[in-house]
Amino acid sequence: MTEQGIGARVLRKEDKRFITGKGRYTDDIRNERQAYAAFVRSPHAHAKVTGIDSAEAEKMDGVIAVLNGKQLTGDGIGNLICGWAVNSKDGSPMNMGAWSALATDKVRYVGDAVVLVVAETQAAARAAAEAVVVDYEELPAVVHAVDALKDGAPQVHENAPGNLIFDWGIGEEAAVDKALSGAAHVTELEIVNNRLSPNPMEPRSAIATYDEAEDHYTLYTTSQNPHVARLVLSAFYQVAPEHKLRVIAPDVGGGFGSKIYIYPEEIACLWASMKTKRSVKWTSSRSEAFLTDAHGRDHVSTARIGFDENNRIVGLKVDTVANLGAYMSLFSSAVPTYLYATLLSGQYDIANIYCNVRTVYTNTAPVDAYRGAGRPEACFLVERIMETAARELGVDPSELRRANFIKAFPHQTPVIMTYDAGDFAANLDQALEAADYKGFPARREEAAKRGKLRGIGLASYIEACGIAPSAAVGSLGAGVGLWESAEVRVNPVGTIEVLTGSHSHGQGHETTFAQVVAERFGLPIENIQIVHGDTDKVQFGMGTYGSRSGPVGLSAIVKALDKVEAKVKKIAAHVLEVSEDDLVVENGEVKVAGTDRAMAWHEVGLAAYTAHNLPAGMEPGLKEGAFYDPENFTFPAGTYVCEVEVDPETGETKIIQFVASDDFGTIINPMIVEGQVHGGIAQGVGQAMLETVVYDEEGQLLSASYMDYTMPRADNVPSFVIHHHSTKSPSNPLGMKGCGEAGAIGTPPAVINAITDAIGNNDLQMPATPPRVWAALQAASTKIAAE
Amino acid sequence: MYDVTYHRATSVDDAVARLSAASEGQLLAGGQTLLPTMKHRLAAPSDLIDLRGIADLVGVRVSGRSVTIGAMTTHAAVAGNAELAKVCPAIVKLAGGIGDPAVRHQGTIGGSIANNDPAADYPAGLMALGATIHTNRREIAADDFFTGLFSTALDEGEIVTAVSFDAPETCGYAKFPNPASRYAMTGVFVAKGGDGVVRVAVTGAGSDGVFRHEGLEQALSKDWSSAAVDGVSVSADGLMSDIHCDAAYRANLIKAMAKRALA
Repeated sequence: MTEQGIGARVLRKEDKRFITGKGRYTDDIRNERQAYAAFVRSPHAHAKVTGIDSAEAEKMDGVIAVLNGKQLTGDGIGNLICGWAVNSKDGSPMNMGAWSALATDKVRYVGDAVVLVVAETQAAARAAAEAVVVDYEELPAVVHAVDALKDGAPQVHENAPGNLIFDWGIGEEAAVDKALSGAAHVTELEIVNNRLSPNPMEPRSAIATYDEAEDHYTLYTTSQNPHVARLVLSAFYQVAPEHKLRVIAPDVGGGFGSKIYIYPEEIACLWASMKTKRSVKWTSSRSEAFLTDAHGRDHVSTARIGFDENNRIVGLKVDTVANLGAYMSLFSSAVPTYLYATLLSGQYDIANIYCNVRTVYTNTAPVDAYRGAGRPEACFLVERIMETAARELGVDPSELRRANFIKAFPHQTPVIMTYDAGDFAANLDQALEAADYKGFPARREEAAKRGKLRGIGLASYIEACGIAPSAAVGSLGAGVGLWESAEVRVNPVGTIEVLTGSHSHGQGHETTFAQVVAERFGLPIENIQIVHGDTDKVQFGMGTYGSRSGPVGLSAIVKALDKVEAKVKKIAAHVLEVSEDDLVVENGEVKVAGTDRAMAWHEVGLAAYTAHNLPAGMEPGLKEGAFYDPENFTFPAGTYVCEVEVDPETGETKIIQFVASDDFGTIINPMIVEGQVHGGIAQGVGQAMLETVVYDEEGQLLSASYMDYTMPRADNVPSFVIHHHSTKSPSNPLGMKGCGEAGAIGTPPAVINAITDAIGNNDLQMPATPPRVWAALQAASTKIAAE
Repeated sequence: MYDVTYHRATSVDDAVARLSAASEGQLLAGGQTLLPTMKHRLAAPSDLIDLRGIADLVGVRVSGRSVTIGAMTTHAAVAGNAELAKVCPAIVKLAGGIGDPAVRHQGTIGGSIANNDPAADYPAGLMALGATIHTNRREIAADDFFTGLFSTALDEGEIVTAVSFDAPETCGYAKFPNPASRYAMTGVFVAKGGDGVVRVAVTGAGSDGVFRHEGLEQALSKDWSSAAVDGVSVSADGLMSDIHCDAAYRANLIKAMAKRALA
């Protein structure tokens, strides 16, 4: 390890501009003759659009255009699509309903865009939007997925009868039923995974500019994956051909998944820029963000797990209903299937698993990936039912886990995944030791003397990052490959630009990626620039989500660095007249091993570009690109321990201690990784105790502002104790596994296991707010009184 | 926000004149409720008449146990007043627990009570303290001032200028903050005067806004202790239910917060 290389706590290069207010976000950009867009949105959850009167709005000062869905579809703009085809068990394709960027004849959730106003100022656009009169014929709405499946429920899309999108299954049902019927003990649990609002600090924004002279479009947008945005916008929505569309995602203030997708607003702004021959800008208000940013989670599941007489798991059966909202967002089908049910084996050796998933349309905002995406839902289910089973069986929850851990790798689960590496017991031991698990009974007793209920809960999570390889995901229905690309440009003076298809929106790539290059060649980190987020600069990229930038994005960079090093050695060997096998690259030099003969790094760069003395037949220049397609997923895993104290008088719950032991494989920058874990745990605490999206029965969003949607704040979390025990991933060159989502995955079950332990009532759903905890306590004491 | 004309009033009379001249005028105090409402385009006054520049309306005066707080005194100023802390620490604590530092440096006592948000802290404090609300026209007892959700006894064009009260022998305030907004999900102010009279006011819980709780007042008159609170039955009737909690939980909180206020 060098001071700036792999494993070093290098301060983030990007932070200077962020903390001095010099970051450049989409909304900071103003083009010449900038026009502004405002959307007229449906106030109803479900209604027919029977008329649109734009006459008043069109007459207002500063209004450039008032555009509707019929004009949009009339211009050939395509419907929004879901990019991952998932078939039902019977082989029939999923029932995808039409989603026009501007609604034509029907609106299906509160916030559905109906009309777009373009005006000279934002105020004029908003005023005109209020003057547009839309006539609605209201229809009954349905909000909960379970209700949407009932007979006679309001029909959201005509081509999804009974609101069922698909009825999918994984595993061998008959084998699981047999295993459960022969089990010595079966634990059952009903689980609601609460719907969450993503809440990135920066709301979505788009600036579309049509250049009439070049017949070319430029879109600045808040995207986690600008190349995928360009691909989808051109191939499916026919807004502009790919070679005539440049997508730039500049500084982006967080995404958590919600900025993966292409939303109606970007499409409408691009189209409007062509219609008006103006640069059209839209920035979401926080209210619009609550209404229209794709939500996360929203599963209702029942699960049964069986054990033999030695407390070894014999089978797990799960039935899940997943709410996908009013329309199928870009990856909505994959989240509750291939990113969820494939992780139901957890860290355990389970021979038989079956999971049935029904996905359902409702009159609510679309639901898609949110930090963890399917894996938190799987982990919550597995870790809640393991803790519950341990209580029922009367064994220590840590020992029930340990007895069932997978110990040999590679391990093939019954639900597709092949775990490649891990040491689950080591993470468990490390976490228990750090949490002083053995000392807990004494702490519980001490708390009881103060009138407080103390509880402890575990979660041993596993997740899968870097969805791969492309051929495998393609066979499962993915519409894209999930590789990554990179280009390394060594300039004549030896400085380096790395162009990456990964996109940084808070992850610190400008630092981490530079550290890998610095380590490889022994160069100062200042000499390395990371370039991302512009389709005109970077050759291609699949973007950043699913904790893939380390294991996949960095692997592509390493592959390009390999090629650069090979060429560097060829040049130096030629100049120094030695064999390239005798050369090593270190400390910014290419030197003959064991001698003081060397070329400085910049001399090699210069030699490559002057081309005065290159080996015969070698092309000038020093620039290499690579595409990297992983061999397998990576499998971050670990154990979290949460300890809480509940005030029985009010149900207030305080997290006293939170310990994490993670296995992320190779860690480039421990400081940045700790930051990712801290943020992930905070979001996990948010889901477990604070956050939930609430619609009323008519489909009106009640949790539509920070007055009613509870974000985690500093005083909701303790100072975290973070440990690592790493096994290297054998599936990529650096041995990385990914760290971005683990906190959000492992935390909710640890918290709920701790609270239910404290209150002695296992019947508690998220978020475990004080009123819910108090009510559960009342129910528990009523039950005890009755007994 | 819609376009609005801003006025900085130089005196209470000037404010009244400007307000009556405006087509749809609105008085602006700290603006901590009004401005967000306007930003959401849910309020559209033609004119804002800002009272914060009127020097007579600002400041805390403590004379013996008699306290007067100018209507435009910020929560931070009340929270940081050492003299007031000596005679009535609970009101100082109450002011220091409103919102966050940014809110406390803008929001004012006059603005808070004129708005009478059912989850605001000051209405409970002033009702339990038996405070008097001074306006440009009259004096109103706190019991008569707060008349329901977001409504008060103030007439059109009537402006709160100050509040006054005699610091009780002992008093306390505790609130259970709504986890999202951090307004009071339930807040209870208990006060015992030198004459032995106990007043208990509850905010955040009543479906008709702040109210006095007779059962707690009677029990605490006899025995100023948390054991006395335990013996009181608090009904959920007339309490709010919303997405955050139901009336039964609020009933429980009234007792729990009363006990914390006594501690």
